[in-house]
Amino acid sequence: MASIKYDINTAVDQRYKHGFVTDIEADSIEPGLNEDIVRLISRKKNEPPFMLEWRLKAFRHWKTMQDPAWAHVRVEPINYQDIIYYSAPKSRDNGPKSLDEVDPKLLETYEKLGIPLHERAALAGVAVDAVFDSVSVATTFKDKLAEAGVIFCPFSDAVRDHPELIQQYLGSVVPYTDNFYAALNSAVFSDGSFVFIPKGVRCPMELSTYFRINARNTGQFERTLIIAEDNSHVSYLEGCTAPMRDENQLHAAVVELVALDNAKIKYSTVQNWYPGDENGRGGIYNFVTKRGDCRGVNSKISWTQVETGSAITWKYPSCVLRGDNSVGEFYSVALTNNYQQADTGTKMIHIGKNTRSTIISKGISAGHGQNSYRGLVKVLKGADGARNYTQCDSLLIGDKCGAHTFPYMEVTNPTAIVEHEASTSKISEDQLFYCLQRGISREDAVSLIVNGFCKAVFKELPMEFAVEAGRLMSVSLEGAVG
Amino acid sequence: MTTAAGSSEFYLAQFSAAENHLPGHDAPWATAWRRNALDRFRELGFPGHRDEDWKYTSVKALEKQPFDSVLEPSSHLALTDIERLIPAGVECIRIVFVNGHFSRVLSDTAAMPAGAEVSSLATKLRDEPAAVESLLENSPTVFRNGFGALNAAFMTDGIFIRLAPRTVLKQPIWLLFISGDQDRAITSQCRNVIVADTDSQATIVEHYSTTGGKATFTNSVTSITVNDNARVTHIKLQQENTTGFHFSEIDVTQNRDSFYHSHSVALGAALARTDIRVTLQAEGAECRLDGLYMGDGRQHVDHHTRIDHLKPHGKSTEYYKGVLNGNARAVFNGKVVVHERAQKTDSSQTNRNLLLSRNSEIDTKPELEIYADDVKCAHGATIGQLDDDAIFYLRSRGVDEALARNLLTFAFVDDVIRRIEIAPLRKQLEQTILNRLPAGTSLRGLVYNDA
Repeated sequence: MASIKYDINTAVDQRYKHGFVTDIEADSIEPGLNEDIVRLISRKKNEPPFMLEWRLKAFRHWKTMQDPAWAHVRVEPINYQDIIYYSAPKSRDNGPKSLDEVDPKLLETYEKLGIPLHERAALAGVAVDAVFDSVSVATTFKDKLAEAGVIFCPFSDAVRDHPELIQQYLGSVVPYTDNFYAALNSAVFSDGSFVFIPKGVRCPMELSTYFRINARNTGQFERTLIIAEDNSHVSYLEGCTAPMRDENQLHAAVVELVALDNAKIKYSTVQNWYPGDENGRGGIYNFVTKRGDCRGVNSKISWTQVETGSAITWKYPSCVLRGDNSVGEFYSVALTNNYQQADTGTKMIHIGKNTRSTIISKGISAGHGQNSYRGLVKVLKGADGARNYTQCDSLLIGDKCGAHTFPYMEVTNPTAIVEHEASTSKISEDQLFYCLQRGISREDAVSLIVNGFCKAVFKELPMEFAVEAGRLMSVSLEGAVG
Repeated sequence: MTTAAGSSEFYLAQFSAAENHLPGHDAPWATAWRRNALDRFRELGFPGHRDEDWKYTSVKALEKQPFDSVLEPSSHLALTDIERLIPAGVECIRIVFVNGHFSRVLSDTAAMPAGAEVSSLATKLRDEPAAVESLLENSPTVFRNGFGALNAAFMTDGIFIRLAPRTVLKQPIWLLFISGDQDRAITSQCRNVIVADTDSQATIVEHYSTTGGKATFTNSVTSITVNDNARVTHIKLQQENTTGFHFSEIDVTQNRDSFYHSHSVALGAALARTDIRVTLQAEGAECRLDGLYMGDGRQHVDHHTRIDHLKPHGKSTEYYKGVLNGNARAVFNGKVVVHERAQKTDSSQTNRNLLLSRNSEIDTKPELEIYADDVKCAHGATIGQLDDDAIFYLRSRGVDEALARNLLTFAFVDDVIRRIEIAPLRKQLEQTILNRLPAGTSLRGLVYNDA
C-alpha cells in the first residue's frame, strides 16, 4: 500500500514528464507510402525475399481497405502519405555489442525517463530489449537467455537468423488481412521483439521491452511475436512513454502470441504514450492489434494492461482458445483524462472443449475523457463446457466525461456458461468523507479510492510494474480531482 | 441490385397503384408525408447485415416472396374466431384490426369512459386529417430504418387513442391485430398513436395473431406519449404462427414523473423483431421494460431496446429472459444512454438466457453509454443452462428428470409472466407455455394443484 501512496501535489504541478526530444541524427526516409517505400524498408533491413513478398502482399491488401469507423472514438482523418515509415538512429551502423558502446545520448534518455538501464536490469533481473525509434540498440542478458535456449532478439535479427520460425509463425495469429491497421503494420513494420521459448523451458527472467517514439513524424510500427513451445512459460512486460509534441502520431503495432501444449504466456503492458495536452491537442494514436492463440491443450494466455496514455487508444488484446482446456485472461485498467478517448476491450473465442476465460475491465473517465469497453465472447458449437466470466466497471470523475460498455456475447453451445456484469458509478461522497475525516486530503483520498478500484487488475502485474502503475494513475489524474 | 420477388423494388412498384386507396390520400400533407417516406424507403431499403443494428438478424427470407397490401377491409372472420384469442375472464375494451383494417363488427367499445377518445386512424385521417397531422409528422420513429419508412408509406390503419387529463381506465384496451389469408401472402401495416394526458392511467394490450395458411408480414409502428404524472402499462403479445414475419417498432416519450411499464412477450412467428425506444425527456420519469422470448424449431426472435435518459432523476429497470430450443436463435440488444444532464439516473438491466438444445443460439449485447457522473447504472447478462444441482435436488425427491427440467424451465419463464397484472392473461400465457413443454401435462398438476 505504501508504494501506491504518492505525493499528488507534486503530480499536479508537473507536466508530462517524459516529454522531450533527444537530438540524435536519424536516418529517415521521405514521408509517404507506396510499393517502393515498402521495398526500401525491406532493403534497409537486409531482409530475405520471403519477407519482402509478405510485406508487398500486405501492402496490396491494405490499399483495398478503409479506416475502420465503428469504434466509439472521434479520429481526425489520417493522411497516410504524410507519415515517415522508416527511421533508425545513425549510431546503429557501429553495432554496439554492450552498454558501453551505446550512444551516451541514448543512455541519457533512459536516465531522464527514470530507467537506469544497467542498474535496473541488474537489480530486477530484467532483460531489456530497448527499442529506440524502431531499431533495437541495446540488448542485455542475451547470453543468460541463450543458455536456457530462449531466443529474445529484435524482430529484424530474427528474420535473418531464424527465418524458418518467422515463416512458420508470422501472421498465423494476426494475418495481414485481419484489419486496416494490421495490414498497414504488416507492410511497413520497422522492428519489434521476437521471443521463442523452447519445449519444457521456464524463461529464467521477466522479459521486457521499452518502446519509445522519438523522431518527429515517425509512425511506430512494431511487431512482436512470442512463441511458447510445449510445457514452457514466459512472462513478458511492455511499457512505453513518449516525448511531448503537437502533431498526432500514429502507433499501429501488432502483437502475436502462440502457446502450444501446456504453455503459459503472460503479457503485461503499461502504456503511457503522450496523451495530448489539456485542450486535447497532440497525442499519440494508439491503434494496436494484439492477439494470442492458445493452440495447444491446457495452454494459457493472460493479458494485463494499464492504459493511461495516448490521445486515442484502439486496442483489443484477444485470445483464441483453440486447445481443449485452454485458458484466456484479460485484466485491464484504462484511464482517460482531458480529451483522451479509449475504445478497448478483448475478444475471447472459445473453440476447444472446457475452455475458460475471465475478463476484468476497469475504466476510469475524468475531464472530457471518453472510455469504452468493447468486448466479444464467442462460444462455438464444439466448445462444450466453455465458461466465461466478465466484469467491467466504470468510474466517472467529473460531469463532462463518458463511460460506455459494448459487450457482445454470441453463444451457440448449450453447455456453455457466460456471465457478464457491468456497473458504472462515481466516487461516493461517503467514501470521500470517511477519508477526509481521518485527515487524508481530498486528492489523496481520490487517489486511494481509484487505486482500490483498480486493485483487482494491478495485482496481476509484476511487482515493479504494479508500483509504476499506481504512480501513473495519480499522475494521469492530475487536474481531474477536486 | 436485388432481384428477389419481395425486395424493396416490389414495394416501390406497388406504391403508385396503392396510393389512392390509402387513408389520407385527399389531404396534401398526408400525401407528401407518404411520398417522403417512400423516398426514404427507396434510399434505405431493407436492412442488411452490414448494418450494426441488424448484424444478427437477416431479413433475406422476407425478401424472397412478395406480400400484397390489403387495401380494402375484409369481413371473413366471425366473432367466435376472435373471442377465443382473448383469455376468458378478461373484461376489456376490444378493438380488432383484420389485415390492417379496423373492424367495427368485431370490436366492442361499450365500456369506454367519457375521457377517452378512441378511433381508427383511417377514420381520423378521412374525417379530420388536421387533428393527426402534427402527431404523424412529429412521430420520431418515422424514418429510422427501412421498415419504419415502409410503414409510413403503406400504412392502412391503426389506432388513435387520446386519454384526457385525469382519465383512469378501469378496463384494459385490448388491441387485437389479426392478419392472414387463405390464398395469398399479405402484409399488414398499422400505425398506432397513443397519447396519455396528465394524470391519466391506462393498460393497453397490443396483441398480434395470424390466421390462414399463407405467410404474413406484419410491420407495425406504435408511438406512445406519456404526459406528466400519467401511467401507462403496455403489454405486447406476439403470438403469430410460424409462417409470420413480424416487425414492430414502439416509440415511447415520457414526461415529468410519468410511468411506463412495457411487457413484450414474443412466442410466435418465424422471424420476429421488436424495437422499443423509450425517451425520458423530463425529470423524474420512470420506465420498466419486461420481456420474454421463447423460440423453437427454426424461429428467430430479436429484441432491441433503447432507453434515453435526458433529464435528472430518471429511473429505468429492464428485465428480459429467453428460452431457446431446437434450431432457434434469439438476439437481445439493450442500450441505455444517460445523457449529459441526466444526473441521479438510476438504471439497471438484466438479460438471462437458457439454451436447451445443441443448435440453438443467443447473441446478446447489453450496452451502456454514459455521459453524466452522478448516476447508478448496472447491467448483467447470462447465458447458461439448467442448474444440475437443482435437477438433482428434484430427482432426489422423486421427480423424474424430464419433469424436473420442465419444472425449472417453467419457473425460469414464469418469473417474467408473473409481472403481468392481468390475472387471466397470466394464466393463459402459462397454459401456452405448459403446452410447449414436453412434460407440460404432468407439470400442470404440480403448478396448479388441480390435476
